[in-house]
Order: sequence, then C-alpha cells, then structure tokens
Amino acid sequence: MAGTIDREMGLDAVDDLEQLPILGRLHEWVITVDHKRLGLMYITGGLFFFLVAGLQAATIRLQLAVPNSGIVPPQVFNRLLTMHGTAMVFLVGMPILTGLFNYLVPLMIGARDLAFPRLNAFGFWLWFFGALLLYFSYIGGDGLYGAGSAPDVGWFAYAPLTELPFSRGNSTDYWILSILLTTVGSTATAANIVSSVFCMRCEGMTLTKMPVLVWLATVVSFMILVALPPLSAAQVMLLLDRFLGAHFFDTQAGGSAVLWQHFFWIFGHPEVYILVIPAFAFASEIIPVFSRKVIFGYSVMVAASCAIGFISMSVWAHHMFSVGMTPAGNSFFAASSMLVGVPTGIKIFNWLGTMWRGKLRFKVPMLFSIAFLFQFLVAGLTGIMLAVAPFDWQLTDTYFVVAHFHYVLVGAIVFMIFAAIYYWFPKATGRMLSERLGRWHFWLFVIGFHLTFDTEHFAGMQGMPRRIYTYQPGRGLETLNFVASIGALVQGIAVLIFVINVVRSLRSGEPAGDDPWDAWTLEWSTTSPPPEYNFATLPVVRSRRPLWDLKHPDDPDWRYE
Amino acid sequence: MAAASTTMRASSTPWSETLPYRGRVGILALILTESSFFLIFVVAYIFYIGKSLSGPSPREVLSVPIVNTICLLSSSITIVIAIRSLRAGSIRNFSAWWFVTFVLGAEFLIGTAIEWHRLIYHEGLTLRTNLFGTTYYSLVGLHALHVTIGLVLILLVLILTVLGYMSERHVERADVLSWYWHFVDSVWVVVFLTVYVIGR
Ligand code: HEM
Ligand SMILES: [Cu+2]
Repeated sequence: MAGTIDREMGLDAVDDLEQLPILGRLHEWVITVDHKRLGLMYITGGLFFFLVAGLQAATIRLQLAVPNSGIVPPQVFNRLLTMHGTAMVFLVGMPILTGLFNYLVPLMIGARDLAFPRLNAFGFWLWFFGALLLYFSYIGGDGLYGAGSAPDVGWFAYAPLTELPFSRGNSTDYWILSILLTTVGSTATAANIVSSVFCMRCEGMTLTKMPVLVWLATVVSFMILVALPPLSAAQVMLLLDRFLGAHFFDTQAGGSAVLWQHFFWIFGHPEVYILVIPAFAFASEIIPVFSRKVIFGYSVMVAASCAIGFISMSVWAHHMFSVGMTPAGNSFFAASSMLVGVPTGIKIFNWLGTMWRGKLRFKVPMLFSIAFLFQFLVAGLTGIMLAVAPFDWQLTDTYFVVAHFHYVLVGAIVFMIFAAIYYWFPKATGRMLSERLGRWHFWLFVIGFHLTFDTEHFAGMQGMPRRIYTYQPGRGLETLNFVASIGALVQGIAVLIFVINVVRSLRSGEPAGDDPWDAWTLEWSTTSPPPEYNFATLPVVRSRRPLWDLKHPDDPDWRYE
Repeated sequence: MAAASTTMRASSTPWSETLPYRGRVGILALILTESSFFLIFVVAYIFYIGKSLSGPSPREVLSVPIVNTICLLSSSITIVIAIRSLRAGSIRNFSAWWFVTFVLGAEFLIGTAIEWHRLIYHEGLTLRTNLFGTTYYSLVGLHALHVTIGLVLILLVLILTVLGYMSERHVERADVLSWYWHFVDSVWVVVFLTVYVIGR
C-alpha cells in the first residue's frame, strides 16, 4: 500500500519513499521492522487469502447447489475443502487478527513500537513463506488439471489416514510443513505482544487503564502461547512417522488414532477462541464510540475474557463425543463446554448495556458490530445445543455443525474483521472508506450470510452429511442446498463491493483527519497515517479515555475512575 | 480511584523503571510455549508406556543416568553463581563459573550420546523398533536438542567474555539466558521421572 499514501500527507519518511522507483519501494517493505507496516502486510496477505479461500468456498457451494452435479470430481472436492478450511483458519483468521493487533497495540499503549521489532518481521516472513508453501502444493503432483497434489486430508488431518500408507505423495507433508511455519510466526507475534504490553506502556497507563482491546490481545496472546504448541508437537510426531518410520499414530504397531484427535482438538478448540476473542476486542472498542458511552462493566469484561481463555482450554473433547469416550469423559466435556457460555453471555450483556440509552450512530462499523452481536448469540445457542452429548451424537458430521461453526467464523469473526477495517482504515491510510458502498457491502453480506447458513442448520437436521461431495435427489435437500448456494453467491458479490471500496478509497477516498469518529483511545491522537515513530512525544495518560480528557478538560474521566 | 493518579505523580521512580525488562517477559513467554510443546511429548510417552507390541522393553535396556543427571542439575547452580559474580562485577569469577556450566552441560550431552550409541548398536533399539523406541528417542532427543541450543548460546557468551566484551552492563541479558538454562534443567527433571522412573 506504500504507493497509495499521499504526498500531501507531509510525512518525511513517506515523502522519501515516493521518490524511489517501484523496486526500491518494495525493498523498503521487505526490510521493514515497523509494527504498522508489518501489521498492514499481515492484513493485506490475509485479505488476499480470504479471496482465494472464498473462491474455493464458492466452488464447493456450486458443486453442492444441485444433487449429483459433477462440477468437480471427488478428489478435487476434498482438496478444495481442505484448502478452504486450512486457509481460512491459518492464512485468513490468524494473520488478519494478529495484523490488527500488531498495528493497534503499540499505538493504543502509547509506545513507539513492539518490544521486539525484528522478531516481528521474522514472524511475518515465516508466516508468508508458510502460506506460499501451502499453495505451492498445487503446482506439484498430478499437475494443475487435477489441481496438483494439494492436501486433501481436511484441516484436521486425522491420523492414521494421514499416515504414509493411506496418504501417498507429498500433499500431507505440504500441509504439515506450511502450518508448522505459520504457527511459529503467530507464536512470535504473541510473545511480542505480551512483552510489549508488560514492558512498553506509556506513562500513567497502568494495567487497569489499558483499552479493552489491549487486554483481550494479551489474553489471546497467552492462549496462542499455550494452545498452538500442541498442534506443532503433533505435527512433528506425524512428520517423524512419515519420514523416519516412527509409530506415534500407526495403529499397526499399537499406536492410537484417538491420540491425534486429542492433540488436534487441544489446539483446535482454543483456536476458535483465539479467533473470536479479537472479534470481541474490536466490538469493545467500536460499540462504545458509536454509542457515545464508556464501555459498560470494564472490569467484568476483562475478567470474563480471562475466564473464557481458561475454560476454553478444557473443552476440546466436545469435538469427540462420537469417538466413544467414557460417560464420565462425556459429562465433563459437556459441562465445561456449557460453562464457557456463562462469561460469553456476560459479555453480550455488557455490549448491550453499553448501547442502552446511548446516542447510537449507525455508521458501517457499528452496523457490522450489531449484526455480530445477534449472530454470535445464535452461534452460542447452537453451540450449547451441540454440547449436549446425545444431541451431538445425532447431529455430528452434518451440516448443522457446519452451520454452527460458520456462524462463529463468519457471523462473528469475519463480520468484526470488516467492522475493524472500516473503523481503522482511516487511521492507517488517512482516507475514509465510502459509507455508501459500505452499506451495500453490509446489507448484501448479511442477507447472503443468513441465506447460506440459516438454511444449512435445516439441511443438517434433514441429514445432509458434512464433507460429502454430492448427495442424492428426493431426500428433501435440494431446495435448502440451492438456497445456501445462492447465499454464497450474494456474499461473494458483497465481498467484491468491499474490494472495490478499498481500492477506490485508497486512491480517492475522503481525507479522514486524525480523529474521524471522535474516539477516545490513543491511536487517534497521532496523525493519520501515523509517523514511523508513532508519537512525537510519548503520551501521558490519566484515565481509560485519554482523548476524552484532552477534549473535555472541564470534565475529565480521571475524576471518576 | 482519583488517588491512583495522584500517587502516580508523587512517586519518585521514573515511570519506565516501574516496568519489567522486556527480555525477561520475552523469555517467560518462550518458556511457556516450550513447556506446552514438551507437555504433549510427555503425554504421548506416558500414554504409550507398556503398549509396545514387540520388544525390547524399557526395563530390559534402560539404565538410570545418575551421573548425567547430577551434572546437568548442578549446572543450574553454577550458572547462578556465575550471574552473581557478574552482578558483583567480577568478570574473572564469572568466566570461570560460566565455563564450569558449559562443561557440565557438555558432559550431559556426551552422556546422552553414549547411551544412544549403546541402545542403537548393542540393544537394537531405534525410532522404528516399537512404540517405546518412538517415544523414547523423540522425548529425550527433544530435550537433548534444547540442551544443545543452550550450550551454543552459553559458548557464545563464553567467547564474548574471553574477548573482553562482557561487563556488568550485560548482566540482565546473561540472566535471561540463565533462565532458559534453568528451564532446560527443569524439563530434564520431568523427562527423567517419566522415562526412567515411571516408565521403567
Ligand atoms: C464466507 C463464506 C463461506 C462459505 C460460503 C463457506 C463454505 C464452506 C463449505 C461449503 C464448507 C464445507 C463443509 C463440509 O462439506 O463439511 C466449509 C468448510 C469449512 N469452512 Fe467455510 N465457508 C465460508 C467462510 C469460512 C470462514 C471465514 C472460515 C474460517 C475463518 C471457514 C472455515 C471453514 C472450516 C474450518 C471448514 C471445515 C473444512 C474441513 O472440514 O476440512 N469458512 N465452508
Ligand atoms: Cu470446540
């Protein structure tokens, strides 16, 4: 995005860049250690893969639009499914969220950079080459027509199906190695954010004065540090099995198939919360500003997030009810899953409390946040339903589950990613996104979302199996699947409008000014885009809303806190 | 809470000194991740105890590495003494104790190599032999890898000291490295208990 920064912005560093030829400018981005640039690189990369993985989802839905359609052969379908799931989690969700944290956390705590800038750059490039490696797999093997030797093992890569005898060729190795690299990158970011929050806060910013987003970024970082290594460890074991003849998941030698599932979901479930807590973080910044009220129950909000972080580490086996655990195991994991609902409910209550009697401004970021609240509530409810083990036995591996987790992944996470981009785009680029296109984007996306995923709940209850490349006519599935596919198309159009909006606004969007939303946190106190050093003089804060104090010297917050 | 903002003003230490050193928080974050990583290997080891379909079994081939363990654990003490000396400004004592730490760590590594040599060439136990071989070499090997990394870093500091680059100013950094070394030692306690006590 370097070329799009305006010359008039008057930033010396950027001015110099404009004089450089294109290669020189690219070089500047390659060698950068600036947290803002790395943040933007993560976000841009993530959005790119969002388009790719979205296209794969569209193809999957196209294939499923009518019974027996035969648009893609079964093998290619499996590859599309694997690449869609893997890319959405590791190449879209993780980088966009860590990218936003990368960009925002130092600005919000009044620091000039993260604690370890070079580690940050290192993490990004690991992520980048890991991502390339995953898609590189398309080039090998059976060639492009058969969609190469892309992984076809699902994003969960269940062993022993991923062991050498059942998964020949190198597709599984691509999956393992690329995800290993990207997770190391995410872990580096997490360590960096934890260190920055503890060691780099500006004067006066005690832990209790940090913005809620910074708190949640810290919680997520701790979760990343604890929950990602189990996946890496399991992947290393699988590599040892595949390359050196070890027997970790080799059932012929007494190895266990269930152990892989445990290891995967010990990572996999917290991962969902690692993705969704950032969505909470953005909501907790956006909803107060567009309601003109302080966040309701700051400390409850923080405590609830910490509780979610802890409890979510002990619920993983609710993905394994149908494996056949003991009744005691089932009961434990059912109960702990339901327990997570409590702090989550508290948070929804707090956001509603913030909006209650506020002066609501229905700008695009707020629209996305309100839709998020509603959709996340529904996702929570279907989640509690699935936590009832007998109910799960009935519906596991049906589209009910697919609908449930997409309510979280799209209805909460993607919606809040859009909200965050509309909200902070002016800060990062100095220009506003178009409100008119934004509304088109929002309404089409909401409509498409509900067309697709509401109907999938019913398709699931009708018995539509998950991970299946086609289905037979005459079982009451045609209409539901057709509507779901139309919905995917509508979502696709909405995302296209978003892309147009971004590209147009980068060049000719309305200039934003430093503080277009009349917000309260420190990032809005510097210029848009911020200079390389963030703040000319490091800020000193006395309350949770330092900018409010500046704007209202007669009635500052610190009197009440 | 109005008091909070006034006490902040009244306190005499500058703000930046009330925050911890970033290297320390960074190493704690690393240790947290690594613990989680090791834990999975330990769980796999314990899960597969006694589940091998063929021999040899741990009881037949493993002997308890007493000397190794003593060396490694005492290196945690010598590194503390080394850091103390550096803090007190005595580079001579620092380099001596730092050197002893290195030697103790290296002894551990050599001990492991001898054990592996015996297991592979005399007992015929490899990664592929059975589940015991698989879990044993990966867990002990993972730990040995960490010892190796620690030794390389310690050696680097040793070289810098000999060349005269180390001084009291670097005590925080050397201390961060010592925390990593303590971590590697504590992991050995867990590995030792798992492999040679519970597993035998
Ligand atoms: C935006 C529109 C999206 C559509 C239309 C869509 C559609 C689909 C479809 C049709 C499947 C296959 C389900 C099956 O047959 O089992 C699927 C699987 C999946 N999707 Fe999406 N998806 C979308 C967005 C996302 C996002 C944003 C994420 C994550 C952040 C995501 C994560 C996954 C995962 C993890 C799977 C499971 C893959 C597997 O079973 O290996 N999807 N999606
Ligand atoms: Cu879960």
